[in-house]
Amino acid sequence: MYDFAYQKPSNVADAVAALGADPEAKAVAGGMTLIPVLKQRLNRPSVVVDLAKTGLAGITAGAGSITIGAMTTHAAVAHSADVQRVIPALAALAGLIGDEQVRHRGTIGGSLANNDPAADYPAAALALGATITTTKRAIKADDFFQGMFTTALEPDELITKVEFPAATKANYQKFRNPASRYAIVGVFVAQTAAGVRVAVTGAGQGGVFRHTAMEAALSKNFSADAIADVVTPADDLNGDIHASSEYRAHLIGVMARRAVAAAA
Amino acid sequence: MGFEGIGAAVRRKEDLRFLSGRGHYTDDINRPGQLYASIRRADRPHARIKGIDTAAAKASPGVAAVFTGADMAADNIGGLPCGWQIHNKDGSPMAEPPHPVLAVDKVRHVGDPVAVVIAATRQQAKDAAEALVIDYEDLPSIAGLRDAIAPGAPLVHDEVAGNLCYDWHIGDKALVDAAFARATKVVKLDLENNRLIPNAMEPRAALGDFDSMSGDYTLFTTSQNPHVIRLLMGAFVLHIPENHLRVVAPDVGGGFGSKIYHYAEEAIVTWAAGKLKRPVKWTADRSESFMSDAHGRDHVSTAEMALDADGHFLALRVSTLANMGAYLSTFAPCVPTYLYATLLAGVYKTPAIYVEVKAVFTNSVPVDAYRGAGRPEATYLLERLVDVIARETGIDRVELRRRNFIANDAFPYQTPVALQYDSGDYTATLNAALKVADYAGFAQRRAAAAARGKLRGIGVSTYLEACGIAPSAVVGSLGARAGLYECANIRVHPTGSVTVFTGSHSHGQGHETTFAQLVHSQLGVAMDQIEIVHGDTDKIPFGMGTYGSRSLAVGGSAMVKAMDKVIAKGRKIAAHLMEAAVDDVEFKDGKFTVAGTDKSRALAEISLAAYVPHNYPIEELEPGLEETAFYDPKNFTYPGGCHIAEVEIDPETGVTTVINFTAVDDVGRVINPMIVEGQVQGGVAQGIGQALLEAAIYDKSGQLLSGSMMDYTMPRADNLPNITVGTESTLCTHNPLGVKGCGEVGAIGSPPAIMNAVVDALADYGVRHIEMPATAPKLWSIIQAGRPRLAAE
Ligand SMILES: Cc1cc2nc3c(=O)[nH]c(=O)nc-3n(C[C@H](O)[C@H](O)[C@H](O)COP(=O)(O)OP(=O)(O)OC[C@H]3O[C@@H](n4cnc5c(N)ncnc54)[C@H](O)[C@@H]3O)c2cc1C
Repeated sequence: MYDFAYQKPSNVADAVAALGADPEAKAVAGGMTLIPVLKQRLNRPSVVVDLAKTGLAGITAGAGSITIGAMTTHAAVAHSADVQRVIPALAALAGLIGDEQVRHRGTIGGSLANNDPAADYPAAALALGATITTTKRAIKADDFFQGMFTTALEPDELITKVEFPAATKANYQKFRNPASRYAIVGVFVAQTAAGVRVAVTGAGQGGVFRHTAMEAALSKNFSADAIADVVTPADDLNGDIHASSEYRAHLIGVMARRAVAAAA
Repeated sequence: MGFEGIGAAVRRKEDLRFLSGRGHYTDDINRPGQLYASIRRADRPHARIKGIDTAAAKASPGVAAVFTGADMAADNIGGLPCGWQIHNKDGSPMAEPPHPVLAVDKVRHVGDPVAVVIAATRQQAKDAAEALVIDYEDLPSIAGLRDAIAPGAPLVHDEVAGNLCYDWHIGDKALVDAAFARATKVVKLDLENNRLIPNAMEPRAALGDFDSMSGDYTLFTTSQNPHVIRLLMGAFVLHIPENHLRVVAPDVGGGFGSKIYHYAEEAIVTWAAGKLKRPVKWTADRSESFMSDAHGRDHVSTAEMALDADGHFLALRVSTLANMGAYLSTFAPCVPTYLYATLLAGVYKTPAIYVEVKAVFTNSVPVDAYRGAGRPEATYLLERLVDVIARETGIDRVELRRRNFIANDAFPYQTPVALQYDSGDYTATLNAALKVADYAGFAQRRAAAAARGKLRGIGVSTYLEACGIAPSAVVGSLGARAGLYECANIRVHPTGSVTVFTGSHSHGQGHETTFAQLVHSQLGVAMDQIEIVHGDTDKIPFGMGTYGSRSLAVGGSAMVKAMDKVIAKGRKIAAHLMEAAVDDVEFKDGKFTVAGTDKSRALAEISLAAYVPHNYPIEELEPGLEETAFYDPKNFTYPGGCHIAEVEIDPETGVTTVINFTAVDDVGRVINPMIVEGQVQGGVAQGIGQALLEAAIYDKSGQLLSGSMMDYTMPRADNLPNITVGTESTLCTHNPLGVKGCGEVGAIGSPPAIMNAVVDALADYGVRHIEMPATAPKLWSIIQAGRPRLAAE
């Protein structure tokens, strides 16, 4: 790790100011992505701005939605009675992230801001049609994810909270990378007031994406059989030492069918 | 306190320390004025070093020194020695190219150390190491075995033609050829043994210290054998006599073989401490471990069995390529020869065996012994081949094994590949395992799984291994450059407590408990009055360390011998005190008694008399009660047994789940059944890792693609089934304890059991053999390819 200065502001405005004051400054939330990157000397921030005291943690259940503060840990989401009641699939997804230690440090804001192509939350955000509120604006999930590790966020813009509309039916199926335990393929299927959406993480070269062919089939008939014949082309999918693009294409079908069958 | 002697499941004395974070490891040791070393390693597989610009690094904050291979050469530092010399078929010695501590003219693998920066803090050392400018000229490179021996392949060492370290063989070729000529059937199998990265929980670390007044060097290091490191580093690398070199291996967090070897970093910190007159510490990052700890296995083989009409094995012919990596690690050459080829008889009475092994240099991390060392490779080859034979002859796989077992009355049994087995009962372990695994009920479980859409398979492996290494004269004649005895010193203190100084080293095995049980049994001293000391060349007379499941069979036997000497001396003292003839004095349960009388003296009374010799046979006996013994084993020991795995495969995804695993092993006499069970479970976990998960993957040029935990799949708790461990023991006939060893059996017997189960599960898909690891995408492809065939039937 290279040397860096460390700040722990006590409110969001100060955090934004600290980030705005120095283009080399970097926010840290749970540190589960940032700290390993620093340890490997792959990033050299001048200042690390810790969001721990900015008051961004917490979960509120509204009429037909769940709102989760950016600093809420994965464990808190997994164990929240409100999330379990309104969108059980979201609580279950949070419980599948990393391991117990990671879930008690890592945050939803950090995960979405990082937009790792194999991360889990982006699939939920996109499938449920979440709204990501930042220090500057509200961004629809469809506009937020802009490719691997790339989002609509500006350098001094922080996520403050994420609002997920309730789903009548939803489920997330994750096929884990056996080594890292991130998603090789993760499929989130959701039926909300806005319709049926299918979001795929882990597989796309451009990060999380919507599977429109499946969405169309499921809109007509929300059953596993309805998507049995939907073919996912392998061309735009990742291939690596863990899974070829063809295998990923196949797994998208398997995980989607399982998600539809299990959706509650 | 209940029974705590031999056979009792005594709780491990060391666990409170380990589980509460109070172990004391090399990196926990800090010396006043300590500096930190960071090593700049090659980021490419093969290149000529045209120049190293150290100016910026030297000017970097906190830097005390920057050293390169040239600096070591100027100090006349030797290369890292190899402990074993193999001879070619024609009798000439193997190619043994230099293994410089820091690269001199070329780098030969990703991770090869090029320069070291020593600075006031770890971060400063790393910063400065990055500031080194190395001018490389890239050279063509190869990592794969077949590529490396292909004509015209790039040479890892310019002077080693064809990258061939040695071309060795064992067995009677003519006899084997004749048997093949008259065979009814020949079954042939090509197979690979995947390359593994050991990943002990504690990364390697080394701390060198130098006392300029006395000229004494101390090296604290993560080693399985501190005396061996002192010998190799002192004699061959740094030229420091033993009286000025102390090597300490404190608590060590796992080794599995990877901490046997003498590594560059040990020599670097010790040498640098002397040059700078300051302590120097190096601790590996996990990513450094991946590219600098010796890897394991990596074979490509062809095996052929000649059979008669009844499925009797007539002869076995094997030819193997073994990857040595870029340099010869300490024990590397003996692993694919004397720890592998000699094991290819297994539990079978195959009368003729011929094995050829070519060891090959490649642009990859050196490969050496890893838990099991050679025996997992032999067992995997043999037990996969036996299953293929069963399939192709139509003989039931269990029956085929029984038919070819060495019979119980055949011991001592001389194999055609040098070893002589002293004892065993392969039918007993097989029968017990079949029963525990409910083998008979498998068909029903398979049908039930099929009804759920799952493919279920069962796999059996009946294996044997050789451990308790090793008889010095025998291994000497085979090329070992060291003896492989063990040493123990037993010190009975004046008031009767005991300290054992053992040359074995514990890095997770529980020696502090098992060895104390031996002393408790033999001398009758309470467990809490016994202290086991290991890992310090200044305390222990000598030692060859711990590997090859040798600690109890060899180290424990040395303790027994030393305790025999203690008792013999004690009887003389007791005879004097009780005014009896020495021959009439017996020792039992901690007491010396005179036969036929009620006279008795406790051990503590005798030891007190020995140290306070007021009433003592001082003319005939020296005071004190302390004895040292060296034990050189008469033979290897031969644990064996039967492992049975039951797996279920999800045909939609190719994911394998191990449902059940049964291990019934013959480990000889069991001292502590709980520790045996733990050892077997750990070994099986690693075996399942090898079979299903682990693969060190290099691209063709030698870039390590699986260089971190993100890409290298270590087995985790949720990959493992409930592992049922049982023992069915026959005693070793040639060591005083009758023990055989249990440290590696789990890793040796399990991979073929798993793979046989996987192939069994996919039997309907037309698959004959699957290479390890049986990952989900690999099985999915096999299932995809097999579907049309299945549909056509
Ligand atoms: C061993 C391990 C296993 C893991 N497994 C999984 C897994 O299975 N699935 C999965 O999805 N993830 C996994 N993760 C990642 C984990 O979920 C992290 O929590 C997540 O990627 C980042 O969250 P964080 O709070 O730790 O963010 P940090 O590491 O603190 O920050 C990550 C990035 O986000 C930025 N950032 C943080 N908070 C905000 C904010 N409020 N607004 C704007 N930018 C912000 C930071 O500046 C930084 O660039 C794993 C991590 C580890 C270490």
